[in-house]
Amino acid sequence: MSTTIIPLLLDSLASAALIFFAAVGLTLVFSVLRVLNVAHGSLYSIGGYVAASVCLFIASRQLNPYLSFVALLFSAVFVAAILGPLIERSLVRWTYGKSEAVQILITFGLFLILEDLQRLVFGVQSLYEDSPMRLLGTSSIGGVVYLNYQILLVAMAVLVVVGLRLLINHTRLGRLITAVVTDREMAQSIGIDTNRIFILAFSLGVFLAALGGALATPTSGIAPGLGADTMVLAFAVAAIGGLGQIEGAAVASLIVGFARVLAIYLVPSLDAVAPYAAMLAVLLIRPYGLFGSVTARRI
Amino acid sequence: MRIILAAAAVVMLAALAFAAPWLQFVLTLAIAKGFAALGVAVLLRAGLISIGHAMFFAASAYGAAFLARAGINDLGLLLILSVLVSALIGAIAGSFLVRYRAIFFAMLNLAVSMVFYALCAKLYGVTGGTDGLPVPIPAVFGIVFAEPVFKSILFYLSLTLMVLVGLAVHRYLDSPLGHALSAVHSNEIRLEYLGIPVWAVLLIAYTISAALAGLGGSIAGFAIGRVVPDFAFWTASGHLVLIAVLGGIGGVPGAFIGALFLELLHSAAVTVTDAWNMFVGITLIVVIMFMPQGIYGLFERKEAQSS
Repeated sequence: MSTTIIPLLLDSLASAALIFFAAVGLTLVFSVLRVLNVAHGSLYSIGGYVAASVCLFIASRQLNPYLSFVALLFSAVFVAAILGPLIERSLVRWTYGKSEAVQILITFGLFLILEDLQRLVFGVQSLYEDSPMRLLGTSSIGGVVYLNYQILLVAMAVLVVVGLRLLINHTRLGRLITAVVTDREMAQSIGIDTNRIFILAFSLGVFLAALGGALATPTSGIAPGLGADTMVLAFAVAAIGGLGQIEGAAVASLIVGFARVLAIYLVPSLDAVAPYAAMLAVLLIRPYGLFGSVTARRI
Repeated sequence: MRIILAAAAVVMLAALAFAAPWLQFVLTLAIAKGFAALGVAVLLRAGLISIGHAMFFAASAYGAAFLARAGINDLGLLLILSVLVSALIGAIAGSFLVRYRAIFFAMLNLAVSMVFYALCAKLYGVTGGTDGLPVPIPAVFGIVFAEPVFKSILFYLSLTLMVLVGLAVHRYLDSPLGHALSAVHSNEIRLEYLGIPVWAVLLIAYTISAALAGLGGSIAGFAIGRVVPDFAFWTASGHLVLIAVLGGIGGVPGAFIGALFLELLHSAAVTVTDAWNMFVGITLIVVIMFMPQGIYGLFERKEAQSS
């Protein structure tokens, strides 16, 4: 019995961790900026491409292989520092307060631009570099051999949930963000620089997306089209949890991860259907998601 | 004045395809996408944005493929039946989807269409998986034509349908039922107080928009000769919304102008670069930011100035 249950649970956890990274930035950006960023999936795949390129460079120069862990983190920081402020200032800020249709279309335009830019910069071939995964090796849990890298992924996801919660509840920046989320106009009138908050929040969202992409590349590689696939998956998770709910996204990724792994174990042909079926089921009953609410805004 | 302009445009299209046969395929596809975008534009009138209409586009093309496999081999019958299939799916999906508004409507349409997409891609035994299904060349009034001739017939049929269906949709949008759509957008509660059932108004609009998307889908299926799950992917739905907005949500011609503009831009851009989506993205952003009336709005404004 345990030989089926334990791998099933571990697989679900690892799958949930990767899905969570894709969704958490989307939901964070939505809660602060009130903008649904359709280009979020592209930022995820850009993070993946940058990380894979740097890791391949490290491998080709025979540098210390543990450098690739630093590379995974720093490529996400790099992508966020450059693209975050650039995109927020040039495009996203024009959509504040506009209708959802305008926001979705502007960011869809951005998605089209970013997808082609990736093709031009990184080419159309897929990149695969799994040295970070091989370095960590495997361990045995309850008689089942398991990749340590996947356990690292789960730990990182937990770290992000706790870190975001600490950032929002216990730092000055977090209080400023909460103030802007609760009442934008009031926050502005008492002297909070809302533009700065928007830039920071958007860049944080980009960082989380790029980090997700960077962490995912050692396990699955990266190929064109990943951005579009990630986008709907992130969207499904964010919607199930309730747009703007960080813990909601965490629970939703557990649900989706479990549903997906269960589908792979039971009806392998339906694994791609599971996340969207879960999204449909939840949204039909609670359109605002499991943890969302119609009126109150919380972060 | 407007009627003359529209008639001149249709005659020009017919002549263009006659003069440059290689354009025929591009134009057929543009008209097909124009039908689907028109469906999206009908819902946009009520302020509802659907990122899922590619599902009806694909459902109808799959319907045509299945019906052809079942032995039905007549273009007219296949078109009518496949449009009915998508209208039926639209009525069923619409009956619960039109209860939602704004971003929830967009998300639910996306969810439904992605379930459909994943099923099409995964149920290899039924739908042929990612390879899709062939849509064979049907007979026209009992005569089986060679492929190039059939493609020409399909083009001129699409052009005729564009005019006829376009006029019908124009009449619909100008009827009380159509005007109720913009009323839903501006003040839904007041509409209910007037005794007009918003649910029914929207369900009819949703069914019509699904049928329009379906008509486009089966034309595209016949033109391409194959239907693949990517017809229903969310980026395809995004493109339909994009076309509807590019053309401007002003009227029926807008959707077709948007589709023609995009397809011609596509054919022109692929000769220069692979990155044509980038141009489309930039165009979309520029249009939304600086021309909220869409490309159609340009014609409108000029006309207003000249009169």
